[in-house]
Amino acid sequence: MTSVLLLIPLLPFLGFVINATIGRRWSKGVTGGLATGAMAGAFGVSVYAVWTMLGLEPAGGVRAIDQVVFTWLASDALQIPFALRLDPLAALMILVVTGIGTLIHLYSTAYMHDETAPEFARYFSYLNLFASFMLVLVLGANFPVLFIGWEGVGLCSYLLIGFYFTKPSAADAGKKAFVVNRIGDFGFILGMLLLFTTFGTLDFQQLAVKVAEMSAEPAVWAGAGVLTVATLLLFVGATGKSAQIPLFVWLPDAMEGPTPVSALIHAATMVTAGVYMIGRNAVLFSHAPFTLEVIAIIGVLTALMAGTIGLVQNDIKRVLAYSTVSQLGYMFLAMGVGAFAGGVFHLYTHAFFKALLFLGSGAVIHALHGQQDMRYMGGLKRKLPITFWTFLVGTIAIVGIPPLAGFFSKDEILWKTFSTGHPVLWGLAVLAALLTATYMFRLLYMTFYGSARWSPGASAPGDHAGAKAPALHGLHDAPPAMAIALVVLVIGSVGAGLFGVPHALGGDNRIETFLEPSFHAMSVTGDTPALAEAAVAEAEHAPEAAHADTQTELLLMFTSVMVALAGIGLATVFFLKAPQRADAMAGQFSGLHRLLLNKYYVDELYNAVFVQPIKGVSTSVLWKGVDAGIIDGSVNGVGLMVRGWSAVLRRVQTGSVRAYAMSIFLGVVTILGYFLWR
Amino acid sequence: MALTLLVLLPLVGGLLVLLLGKGSEGRDRLVKQTALAISLATFAASIWLWMGFDPASADFQFVERYTWLPDFGISYHVGLDGITLWLVLLTTFLTPISLLCSWESVNQRVREFSFFMLLLEAAMIGVFISLDLFLFYVFWDAMLIPMYFLIGIWGYEQRIYAAVKFMLYTMAGSVLMLLAIIWVAYYHQQVTGVISFDLLDLYALDIPAGLQTWLFLAFTLAFIIKVPVFPFHTWLPDAHVQAPTAGSVILAGVMLKMGTYGLLRFSFPMFPEAALQFAPYLAVLAVIGIVYGALVAMVQPDMKKLVAYSSVSHLGFVVLGICAMNVNGVQGAVFQMLAHGVSTGGLFLVVGMLSDRRHTKLISEYGGIKAVMPKLVGMFMLITLASIALPGMNGFVGEFLIFVGSFAWNPWMTSVAVSGVILSAVYMLWMFQRVNFGPMTNPKNKGLRDLSPREWAVIAPIVAMCIWMGVTPGVFLKPMEPAVRRVVEQVRGVLVPVNAALTLKTTSEVVLPDGATKTTSEVVSAAEGGAR
Repeated sequence: MTSVLLLIPLLPFLGFVINATIGRRWSKGVTGGLATGAMAGAFGVSVYAVWTMLGLEPAGGVRAIDQVVFTWLASDALQIPFALRLDPLAALMILVVTGIGTLIHLYSTAYMHDETAPEFARYFSYLNLFASFMLVLVLGANFPVLFIGWEGVGLCSYLLIGFYFTKPSAADAGKKAFVVNRIGDFGFILGMLLLFTTFGTLDFQQLAVKVAEMSAEPAVWAGAGVLTVATLLLFVGATGKSAQIPLFVWLPDAMEGPTPVSALIHAATMVTAGVYMIGRNAVLFSHAPFTLEVIAIIGVLTALMAGTIGLVQNDIKRVLAYSTVSQLGYMFLAMGVGAFAGGVFHLYTHAFFKALLFLGSGAVIHALHGQQDMRYMGGLKRKLPITFWTFLVGTIAIVGIPPLAGFFSKDEILWKTFSTGHPVLWGLAVLAALLTATYMFRLLYMTFYGSARWSPGASAPGDHAGAKAPALHGLHDAPPAMAIALVVLVIGSVGAGLFGVPHALGGDNRIETFLEPSFHAMSVTGDTPALAEAAVAEAEHAPEAAHADTQTELLLMFTSVMVALAGIGLATVFFLKAPQRADAMAGQFSGLHRLLLNKYYVDELYNAVFVQPIKGVSTSVLWKGVDAGIIDGSVNGVGLMVRGWSAVLRRVQTGSVRAYAMSIFLGVVTILGYFLWR
Repeated sequence: MALTLLVLLPLVGGLLVLLLGKGSEGRDRLVKQTALAISLATFAASIWLWMGFDPASADFQFVERYTWLPDFGISYHVGLDGITLWLVLLTTFLTPISLLCSWESVNQRVREFSFFMLLLEAAMIGVFISLDLFLFYVFWDAMLIPMYFLIGIWGYEQRIYAAVKFMLYTMAGSVLMLLAIIWVAYYHQQVTGVISFDLLDLYALDIPAGLQTWLFLAFTLAFIIKVPVFPFHTWLPDAHVQAPTAGSVILAGVMLKMGTYGLLRFSFPMFPEAALQFAPYLAVLAVIGIVYGALVAMVQPDMKKLVAYSSVSHLGFVVLGICAMNVNGVQGAVFQMLAHGVSTGGLFLVVGMLSDRRHTKLISEYGGIKAVMPKLVGMFMLITLASIALPGMNGFVGEFLIFVGSFAWNPWMTSVAVSGVILSAVYMLWMFQRVNFGPMTNPKNKGLRDLSPREWAVIAPIVAMCIWMGVTPGVFLKPMEPAVRRVVEQVRGVLVPVNAALTLKTTSEVVLPDGATKTTSEVVSAAEGGAR
């Protein structure tokens, strides 16, 4: 059994190695099949491993499979094994990554068919590598192994976002993604260092045990507790990876990559890493209430900010990108109010419908030969029926209409936010839900309803750059490989929420029960603290209180559904019935509209405040000033001085015997004079 | 004889090459082949040494000692420990690669070029294995001469300026070091009655703090010019830009490590009190260098200059790790020396291959070349990733260990140093993007050919090492640890407990041999009390 875990990341990694080396000579069928097969294999092994895990007796309160592959990094007290660990949280993650990853691979075989064979192989090698690193990330049993995956997905996003490398904007976007992620890593590395110096280990389970046993939090730096500082630093890393304020700027640009890559980044890999990392270290974060507050506030603000930007964007992928940022904000809100299971639940349902939406948008773009601007779409409902109906399901799911997946997970988050005493955050989150409903239906209407505005020659730069303008009659719906992926994702988007039906609706919230042990320290003594705590929690909720809670929960649920419907209504009024009204509004509030259209000018702000000054100072002050001016100036100055004095002294050596005789004579006179004078 | 053989092979081989004569193209070819064969034989010999090396021992191995100038206490004393084992292997690994990379680009005075390269190799090995300060100094200065000529004869346009600047900077430090060497040997005579230049004798001296300060500063100045530590670095960009590729590879790959090696072998353990006193100041310079080097690298228009400034930044990490003076920090520092040697050597090789084709190193002359040379760009990518310390590549291991070590020592300075992680990604990826991505705007780049078999032979070993060292760093860290521990103990004057087994227990507790349990700080303070 033990060797099986390694196979999960290894299979796609082998796919990468083969496709990156010899695959470029093979046909597209072989390379695409190999990559998809590797992912499907990883999915199969994952299912088997999770099945095995479920059959285990809980040890220390949690079912888990450990595998130590080898000692990776060892120096003195720092002993880092390349260790993998499958527990309920990791189980959910690997199923999402391999399952949805396989579908995205399958979809890509059709989507990328226009590429040449070597480029096709390159694409699939990166895609495999991406999945492989994400699997290392979620299976890693300690921080450094997680960090391998963490940096690895950063690298793959760099490679895939910049896949069309001849396009400067794509290359820029790839670099931006990597650099912004590295800014987050700055905090992440410091967090790791602080944890290691304090606790002497970087193993997740050992850290959790030590933190749980800790009586009082040792203070570091100005009275702040060590866990507060460490978790805040880790959270900086999470904001980079999961595109939260202030490091969200890379994700919208990331749609420069091929559309299936966006699906992979937004649904299965990469952006979920920050949420996952917090869940993985739930014990640490639970002991840092200040950090949790910060996370909740950042989360809800990100959700609102991204939602408002999403309202006015015209690029179909950009709207979806901001929608992801917004939904990730929801997940962070959940983490911040301590609803770790709720956050991960939303991560899991979101993976289905966001993959579905991106792949659906890809099908649209594919049909329109690269058109991404919704102003040049419209009326596609009848032309692309498969795409339309699947896209509709995804939209309803993300908006949060019962009984689709998004409803349950979003509602869980809203309820937990409210019930943990954050009514203001709850209100803001509901407002974000309204925005979600509005911009998603705006997108749906602009793309599939109304008049066909896709006039030939209106090709926007994007995938298939330079392709011919869409011909009116050549529209074709998603080919089989793409259609299969869409349909399977529809099933997920509809059904995935059923694992988390709340008690208030007569369900038993199985996903929470399943995940909960991962969020507690493993008991070393053999007791089951997770279960004990759950029992205490249950005792606290006396039956009558539970009844009142249920009523409130149902009321809140009703509110959020009404809000979603209101959002749809708004979109219908403004973008379906009378689009001119939306234009009028935009004109009326042109300042606000411009602000949103330009994404609050955050990129411009960063550029003006950080990028340009650093470049300028480095060039004119450090390089030309300090290096060439002061340091080299003084060194060369010494050189010139020496040379100058040498020139003076050289004159003394005239070669004239009389001059020498004269100087000897003067010397003798001086010495004699000195002695006589004395 | 094993170690002496390692010096003699390239030395005698170099003289042999000189005898081969010159003139015809065929003769030049023979010269190149002979030189390459000699360097490969040296590499094989060093591998053989590695096989015979006892990884569990902290002592010097393969020790040879012959009296040389008995009246002055000078002897031919050489040996290898877990630190120098790797530095010697780095030298013997990079020399054949450098010879092979010059196969086509060096066409004039081939005989002399090959001679100087082999002479340089002999001198560099000599520096690493010397256990006698006089012998060390001889090799140290002997190393300058071939490098001076390599830059001055086979370099680019401003080679004379660069060669002279390189020579003057290094000599300025060397002179001070020579004075300090004589002084410390003389001090040995004052205390014991016998003059001695032997390192092990000098380690045993108990030098008063006041004298330690002066001697430490003299040695350290020589070494930090060599590293180079900010603000003594300005010779480096000029030397690199003007040096031929082979010179840059050796310069960045091995010679810069002479400085950090010197700190580790001489400055710190010989004058521990002064070292501990000055370490924070040195670390401040190192941290400034990390950030400063990275920022200046970012805005360089010339690829070689960019890589040169990146070395200032990367070696700042090494110096920081040494200043932390704990096992993690120093092991990280030594590992980083090796990693930087391989990856920066690789970067210079790639830049050399590009400039062989286009005769320019300006970033703006390139753009979009991935379209025509995907293989070269692929290798370039891997080396870049190693250089920006992606986990799984060699750069990460060194940096991470240094961070762990220096964070325990001084979290604030480490926090500033970690920003280098961001900056390295910025300058490397920006350069990489401008050279390789984007549309091909310069028509001169259209017909560039991809890697030739010879170039594969040059670059493949480098890339393989970048990955090998990143995936299984234990191979390199394990034989190094006893020697590193010895150095730390020497400097700190404290026995450092072997706490590898510690992680299984709670780290704050150490199980002592007598079964008692104490916290780490108690053990350390007890040991400190015993040592003082």
